Amino acid sequence: MIISNCKKIVGGSGEGQALVTMQPINFLSMVDGKTGEITDPKHELYKKSLKGVVLVFPYAIGSSVGAYTIYSIREYGVAPSAVVCYKADITTASGCAIAEIPVVDLPEGAHAIKHGSNTKVEADAGRIIVKV
Amino acid sequence: MVLILSIEIISGLELSRDEEEALAGKSGEALTSAYRILVAIGEATGAKKLIPIKWVHVSGVNYNTIGDAGVQFLDKFSRTAKVAVKTTVNPIGYDRSKPEDIPTSFQEKQSNIVDSYHRMGVTPSFTCTPYEVFDIPGKGTAVSFAESNAAVFANSLLGLMTNKESALSALASSVTGKAPLSDLRLEEARNPNVGIEANFKFESELDFGLMGYFAGKVIKESSVAFSGMSRPSMIEAKMLSAAIGTSGTCGMFTLGKAKEKISFDRKEAKAMMDELNTADDGDIITLGSPQLGMHELDYLAKLVEGKKFNKRCMIFCSRAIHNQAANIGLTTKLERSGAEFMCDSCTCVTPYVTKEKYDSIVSNSVKGAYYLNNSNKVKVALKDIKTIASEYTE
Repeated sequence: MIISNCKKIVGGSGEGQALVTMQPINFLSMVDGKTGEITDPKHELYKKSLKGVVLVFPYAIGSSVGAYTIYSIREYGVAPSAVVCYKADITTASGCAIAEIPVVDLPEGAHAIKHGSNTKVEADAGRIIVKV
Repeated sequence: MVLILSIEIISGLELSRDEEEALAGKSGEALTSAYRILVAIGEATGAKKLIPIKWVHVSGVNYNTIGDAGVQFLDKFSRTAKVAVKTTVNPIGYDRSKPEDIPTSFQEKQSNIVDSYHRMGVTPSFTCTPYEVFDIPGKGTAVSFAESNAAVFANSLLGLMTNKESALSALASSVTGKAPLSDLRLEEARNPNVGIEANFKFESELDFGLMGYFAGKVIKESSVAFSGMSRPSMIEAKMLSAAIGTSGTCGMFTLGKAKEKISFDRKEAKAMMDELNTADDGDIITLGSPQLGMHELDYLAKLVEGKKFNKRCMIFCSRAIHNQAANIGLTTKLERSGAEFMCDSCTCVTPYVTKEKYDSIVSNSVKGAYYLNNSNKVKVALKDIKTIASEYTE
């Protein structure tokens, strides 16, 4: 499946298994900056690692410092290979811009990406390729 | 089978020639990074252009929040970056005149961060309430505030125009003097479509905090209207602003009604309370998130006059507010009751409060409760300031 005309937020391309959630993420309080694991027991991605995945999530919430957490997980080699947002926010966009993680915004079609499917994000072409 | 989903999205942030050249690397590495951030947040918020801003407030100063990766990033960034506009900064982790048992390694890393910001030429304010410390520019002035409580407060009560910036987007605005013209920097987003109506009598600042925390969760737009309660006092407005910023993306509130209405009843308030209030009692009291201002210090001093705290009570405030309070004898009054001032730092994510030292703490801060529970893993007994002053003094 090819999803085209996605809006590029941060350029580049990345591939991995899709990690999909409908719940927003507070990167400062919910993500371990060294391991890339979700640490909030109340979040549906609890104990899941962001390493190498294509993270599909609505948007970041809460702390403005979450942008540094995104940069940190990149420095520790445990960042997502790409990010797909329903409504990209300033924390995600700025953190990923510095961490060089490709980001696309997909307000309507993100539900088409199923959890665990092999997904490639080509941000510059505004395209997501999902192997069904 | 190949299925093609096609979605039409109009993109279009236009940069000036100078901005394009800086993005391409002509003005050095730091400015390239800064413009890369501004382009990304510009695209994310649908901006058409960048505009000059008058004041930047940066977060990402406490070592506990940015970690080693942040320390290294700022060290490198600050070698080639200078502030292009007035830039104030958030609290550090602890009061350097009271290092107590803060590990030496923490102190060194914190000092490295302070040095980096100093090299860039920021004003070393170490406050999360810059709106109580500095002169406020005229209504409608575009600024760039990270620190969510300050962004919400600036938009809602001061008429300044800022998006709910991130630590890195504010840093980018600091060194370029620019920010995207989008979202809450445009009038349209500042008129909420959805309102929250309080349907019970608020008893304290805590109810405002719980309503803000609820609003952050349910409001998907950039602004929200509140009705049904009294006009918030300074203490209540700070609590409300901080709570909205904690749980969502919403960056502004107005007072009044909107087209759509969501009810905030006792039931919703209790649900928020049940999530944040994780203990009945605490080992110590921490006040300040946001840092306390003159209003709170004055109010607290009156509440505890002639009494003594029976638990350790830490008051977090900025050095500037502490000095103002000291000048009129307010700090002496509070210290006589046993309270201790921790300047330049704040309850949120402070290394003073760790799970190794404390099982639980008492606070009136909804924002503080959220981060103590989730980041510091310390349980919180959430009580309003009046209750704290009466239950924990003799």
